[in-house]
Amino acid sequence: MPLLKIDRLSRSFGPTRALAGASLELNAGEIVALMGANGAGKSTLVNILSGTLDADSGVIALAGRPYAPESPAEAADAGVVTVHQSTDRVGAPGLSVADALLLNGYADGSAPFFLNRRSIRKKAQDILTQAGFDLPLDLDFADLPAADRQLVAIARAVARKASVLILDEPTASISGPESERLYAILKRLRGEGLAILYISHRIADLEALADRVVVLRGGQVVGTFNRPVDFDTAVETMIGRSLRSARPDARLPVGAPIFEMRDISLIPGAKPFDLDLHAGEVVAISGVLGAGKSRLLSAIFGNAALAGGTMRLDGRPYAPASVRAAIDAGVFMAAEDRHRSSLMPADWPGSSLAATISLPHLAKWFSSGLLLGGREQAEAERAIHRLGIRASGPNAAMASLSGGNQQKVILGRWDVEPSRLLLLDEPFQGVDVGARHDIITAIRANTERATLIATSDPEEALEVADRILLIDHHTLGSARPAPSPSFEAAH
Amino acid sequence: MTSIENQASTVGAAKPRIALEQLRTTVRNSAVFILLAVLIVGFTIAEPAFINLANQMSILQAVSVVAILGAGVTVTLAVGGFDLSIGAVAASSVMAASYAMIVLGLDVFTTVPLVLAFGALVGLFNAFLIVRLRVPDLLATLAVMFLLTGLQLIPTAGRSISAGLILPDGTTATGAYDPAFLRIGRSTLLGVVPTPVVIMILIAIALYILTEHTRIGRLLFATGGNEVATRLAGASVPRLKTLAYVLSGTLASLGGIIIAARVGRGDISSGGSLLMDAVAASLIGFAVLGLRRPNVFGTIVGAVFVGILLNGLTMLNAPYYTQDFVKGAVLVGALALTYGLGRNTR
Repeated sequence: MPLLKIDRLSRSFGPTRALAGASLELNAGEIVALMGANGAGKSTLVNILSGTLDADSGVIALAGRPYAPESPAEAADAGVVTVHQSTDRVGAPGLSVADALLLNGYADGSAPFFLNRRSIRKKAQDILTQAGFDLPLDLDFADLPAADRQLVAIARAVARKASVLILDEPTASISGPESERLYAILKRLRGEGLAILYISHRIADLEALADRVVVLRGGQVVGTFNRPVDFDTAVETMIGRSLRSARPDARLPVGAPIFEMRDISLIPGAKPFDLDLHAGEVVAISGVLGAGKSRLLSAIFGNAALAGGTMRLDGRPYAPASVRAAIDAGVFMAAEDRHRSSLMPADWPGSSLAATISLPHLAKWFSSGLLLGGREQAEAERAIHRLGIRASGPNAAMASLSGGNQQKVILGRWDVEPSRLLLLDEPFQGVDVGARHDIITAIRANTERATLIATSDPEEALEVADRILLIDHHTLGSARPAPSPSFEAAH
Repeated sequence: MTSIENQASTVGAAKPRIALEQLRTTVRNSAVFILLAVLIVGFTIAEPAFINLANQMSILQAVSVVAILGAGVTVTLAVGGFDLSIGAVAASSVMAASYAMIVLGLDVFTTVPLVLAFGALVGLFNAFLIVRLRVPDLLATLAVMFLLTGLQLIPTAGRSISAGLILPDGTTATGAYDPAFLRIGRSTLLGVVPTPVVIMILIAIALYILTEHTRIGRLLFATGGNEVATRLAGASVPRLKTLAYVLSGTLASLGGIIIAARVGRGDISSGGSLLMDAVAASLIGFAVLGLRRPNVFGTIVGAVFVGILLNGLTMLNAPYYTQDFVKGAVLVGALALTYGLGRNTR
């Protein structure tokens, strides 16, 4: 009998079916890897298992008994513990690592009311001994590296006598040696009879760990691969088509490059790489979260420093000291997470569609300093028309627009003025299929500039780009033309 | 999930709810003006002298300093900060102006620029703490407030400054207030409008245009709305924040100059309630026009509102010690109006 048996689980959000009858079994002493593109239903499945979401239909059985947790605490009591991708909520700055390990005990009242340093240390050490690894107990949690925070969460899971451990992209933001350490720990826990559900895109992870790979697409399990896993087929199953079919209209780089990077190190110690971008070319950089995509784009945009290497724009040396310098040189960037990086709060000055577009161009459009004349409105009208933005007009509040239309406005902001290089970080975040198509058309319509897109979703990369490059551990993989994009682990 | 459910129920009961929301919005946007009209009519009926032009001007004169300081706070609120040092800047500017004229014997043309420069310098120091050392706004300006409150006592060994002041070294100060300086606080335009009111109106118009209708104003609000977005749009957030604090420091010292010119001496206790009154004016301003954000026009209306209320109550013989209670009640009411009634309109 499987330890965890998920049977035809479904969950809809409005008209969207995030899970459409997914079935999955997990045995004790087994590591099952769950693969799926963005929107495949991974998060929904994890959220249901960890008690933050309810299923619409379907049954889950844990050790033969029905399992339907109402809250993460209830899930943990039943023995299902989830280690989330962002581990900063495992503890809090100002608490020691020992405190973070004992936090469950503090919260549920099983720890004594009066605490002293020695008893805390001893109890925390017991937990670590049980989990089988060591952590600096007296360190402030804020100073603990991401990889160690993850171990705090894992140790807490072991201490709570978890039988099922769910890990959501655990290696996304940690280094190679740290991943190796995590693999060893997880294998040992498997040996002790823990069932582990491991969510990751990273082939290296899956090769090292997975006993089985389950592929999720469109809210259903579309394939299960046993060891030895054929990862090419698994990836093709995940994105639902052959890897070989790139865009039919893919352009090959011609002429001198607009933008050249030589011997670039994103962080000290990372393997240096080169990158050339040509006019009219759309290049996608794909890799997991934390692989260095955003850092690369930020460095080109003058918002982060390179650890080494040189850049040239139109043949001239290019080393922007600030975002302003980059913009003035014709290098534009729409950063990831539009709410954090581009939009004003609702009802705040500058939260309208027109003001969102004009923000970087105010100095150019209103050289007198006074916001007079209709330039802002006219440019917004133009962008609405060109990108097919659905809004009541230039003065529409951004908050009233759908995600796809908001993203079109952000693209419009950087499209109203001519540029040499356009950087787009996750431009399809929270964008529906229709809007995605419009955005891709708009990106590819401009052949004057080079476009560099960072995306963690290989399917999006295939859809938009002429070339796809893989980034891992802050190093760009070999540049190959689109007909043979590589999803091999770039080590 | 909850948002989807909310949307569904909104669609279900669309019509009555839209009418109700429109009513709510109208009430929220004009509430302060309706109350203002009610107050004026009420006070006039109860005490006809209230509506006299002279009384109206005295109300405006009384609120002019608070309004100018409030406008400064509004600019710092726009960049997402908060300047708590303005009251202390104004108070130490009163001392600085008096010291410059009475002890150093300077005239109006040197004193005024000197004191304004002092205010700007304090603003620059605030900005240094906040932008460079990354001290949180409230803490930095609170610390500077303490610093200035103490600093203003040192040159005179804790004495108030008036003509004939005996200095710490035993000598007697020989200077006096420049009559031209006193005119800043005591003269009137065309015999009707007091000069401080004229200054207040000019400052209000200038700052209104700056914040609402210029590129810089848009960027100031952008900084307060989303710092990351402002930086990624190519603007210099440190420079914008510095500008805001320098503006607010300079305006506070202007307020100090007006007080000094009206009182004609450097009292160590001057400017006691200035900070709270100015902050209250700008927070009441959030409710004006239902903007729910710092805005210069609202701040001026907020200051005038409190001024009218206090003046009217004083005419009706309300004891002076109820004033702070009244101000507090107005502030609580305005904030409840801003946030409580505004909640359901989105």
